[in-house]
Amino acid sequence: MAEATATGTTGEEWQPKIVMFCCNWCSYGGADSAGMGRFQQPPTVRVIRVMCSGRMDPMFILNAFLEGADGVLFSGCHIGDCHYVNGNYKATIKYKFLKAMVNELGLEDERLKLDWISASEGERYAEVVTEFTEQIKKVGPSPLKPEGVI
Amino acid sequence: MENEEPRIGVFVCECGVNIGGYLDTQAVADYALTLPNVVHTKVNKFTCADSGQAEIQAGIKEHNLNRVVVASCTPRTHEPTFRACCKEAGVNPYQFEFVNIRDQCSWIHMWDWEGATAKAKDLVRMGVARSRLLEPLEESSVPVDQNVLVIGAGVAGMQAAIDFGDMGYNVYLVEKGPSIGGRMARFDKVFPTNDCSICILGPKMVEVARNKNINIMSYSEVTDVEGFVGNFEVTVLHKPRYLDTDICTGCGSCQEVCPVELPSEFNENFGTRKAIYIPFPQAVPMRAVLDMENCISCKACEKACEPGAIRYDQEPIYEKLKVGVITVAVGMDAFDPLPHNNYGYGLYDNVITTMEFERLLNAAGPTGGHVVRPSDAVEPITVGFINCVGSRDVNENIYCSGGVCCMFSIKNAQLLKEKRPETNHFVFYMDIRSTMRGFEEAYNRARDLGVKFIRGKPVEITEKENGNLVVRVEDTLKGEIVNVELDLLVLGTGLVPNEGINEMGSILKLPRSADGFLTELHPKLAPVDTTTDGVFVAGCAAGPRDIAYATAHGSATAGRATRLLSVGSAPIMGITARIDEDKCVVCGICVDKCPYGVFEIVGTNGDRRINVVEALCKGCGTCVTACPTGALEQSHFKNDQVLAQVRNVFQYGGE
Repeated sequence: MAEATATGTTGEEWQPKIVMFCCNWCSYGGADSAGMGRFQQPPTVRVIRVMCSGRMDPMFILNAFLEGADGVLFSGCHIGDCHYVNGNYKATIKYKFLKAMVNELGLEDERLKLDWISASEGERYAEVVTEFTEQIKKVGPSPLKPEGVI
Repeated sequence: MENEEPRIGVFVCECGVNIGGYLDTQAVADYALTLPNVVHTKVNKFTCADSGQAEIQAGIKEHNLNRVVVASCTPRTHEPTFRACCKEAGVNPYQFEFVNIRDQCSWIHMWDWEGATAKAKDLVRMGVARSRLLEPLEESSVPVDQNVLVIGAGVAGMQAAIDFGDMGYNVYLVEKGPSIGGRMARFDKVFPTNDCSICILGPKMVEVARNKNINIMSYSEVTDVEGFVGNFEVTVLHKPRYLDTDICTGCGSCQEVCPVELPSEFNENFGTRKAIYIPFPQAVPMRAVLDMENCISCKACEKACEPGAIRYDQEPIYEKLKVGVITVAVGMDAFDPLPHNNYGYGLYDNVITTMEFERLLNAAGPTGGHVVRPSDAVEPITVGFINCVGSRDVNENIYCSGGVCCMFSIKNAQLLKEKRPETNHFVFYMDIRSTMRGFEEAYNRARDLGVKFIRGKPVEITEKENGNLVVRVEDTLKGEIVNVELDLLVLGTGLVPNEGINEMGSILKLPRSADGFLTELHPKLAPVDTTTDGVFVAGCAAGPRDIAYATAHGSATAGRATRLLSVGSAPIMGITARIDEDKCVVCGICVDKCPYGVFEIVGTNGDRRINVVEALCKGCGTCVTACPTGALEQSHFKNDQVLAQVRNVFQYGGE
């Protein structure tokens, strides 16, 4: 059973599991816009909504990896467009710190990505998700994934 | 209620076939029932419809639910609906949780039934886990001061002030310039009806002045705004006019004797004004203003002023105002082609802008309404208009100025043709955007009059010895290169954000969009609201628009703001930051991190603590992340609530 889950339950191509944090105003809206525009994408991403990318606590991301995330995306409004003036700028500072931490955890750089997506960029949202999924497929399942977790 | 064992109801919406057609809603509901604390599930055809909401309320009653999870569309549109539904049935609205399985699941995995169903189950599990930890919250409210501030007295700001005033609210109308009226006061005629601009604006300016509830503060600037919705403290700088406005009668005898001549800003630097001057003949207030920077202190004006109004020693005055709501109507600028010499502007005398053309065309303008070309003051026969100058251009601004410049060129060509039928006109355009009511008719009228429209973006302008200009352009409809010789070339400059937008953006914490204009709360459903509660935006400050649109938005801000004024209180969202004083070490990091000034350190030495002004908090949660001791938490987005979702993305072994 444990072996089967590590390669995916269906026995088909392995599908990664990605946690994505979106700010309420831009990127969560972008995810909705992707739906409105029916921009198809792999079902690999689980979105968690916070009000601002500035709320993005490094603890959330590190926890996601420890729980078994193969990759973590986080996204907010484009720089200059933050609903809360400059929360996204503060997010970039945390991102730099997190990049270093991810390496410390023995994870590959590619597993963490920050990208700005506006509420109108549905197509781009789908592209970001699709490309990131491909990227994670290349690096494979996370070495931190606890055994038996899907 | 807080310590009550969670009893969760999960309602899965089919949204017709929007969800039900792409994933197994019944399987999702059945799965939800296996999760801890879930005591009731139901699949609804349309959860948001009356019938669906009735099913939620029946579920709450029947199963004694204290938490509700709805798996359907998006909280961005439907959260208020379901929160109200829960509240009606006795469940705290903040113990409602939204799971997005349509926009972010069924619609984006339309051909992956298994994958979409598995993802929907994960999302519901995450939502249920979060729901378990949600706490009841109460929305508080703050009183709303009954005074109003309108910043900018162009047509949008004037309209807002009139509407507020007519509804009985005291209005402070702050205008940077020495007169109210704004851009519209400078236009000759306005499209699509071609009525005389000042003839329709003048009476409105007088209406503002007559309105007993409007306090015009001209030649004044807002320098600081503190506080929050309902309770803004505004600092206004009254710039010195160097005369007593109570004594000045606006007779103009001072400007007759003043020896200093300067380019007239009102006339787009065609013609001159004096160092002491009346802004323009219809100015409100009709008072002179002394431009001290260019004054030579000859004191001729003091001698000429019969009532004795001149005060050379006047100082700037800062005044504090208390207001409940604010309308921002600071307008825009026309694109300036000078720095890049677009289409030879600044290099060739006979290339002018639309705004300059307006003043030449105006009977009260520097040439008495005779359009003459700058090089030799001869009235031109062949005139060209280039559209989209500084607009729809990757090198300048990519946006379209809303058809305003198209209509300007069409109107101006038409007016000159009517005035002097012997003239010829060419409009060089990429697309004609005559989108609003009556615009297309105006365009057709210009064509019928003989104005020639050439579809193409000019590539080169050359000047001939006689001052004529040759425009080289590909007529893309004919597919040939043509050279058109003109006596005068007018650039249809687009609209760009002005300095006031940046100033007010910073002072009022209003975000600007990629185009540089202020961002509305929602482009469609909240077009005059802003992200700062109690602050509304009207006119071109929120993007290029025409007069009718700006006026409507002026009225709209008054309507939206009156919701707060008439009730006398404003709600404060429940998702604010809360502090645990036992954990706080008063390091002050949150003070720096908060863009709204929610936190302040009060007290001294051993008695120092952080004071949280909840009414200022917009609920971004940045401070919570920055707090090193964990003293801060954001209600409804507490660390354990978010982490519950993170942990429930995953599960052991599968079902």
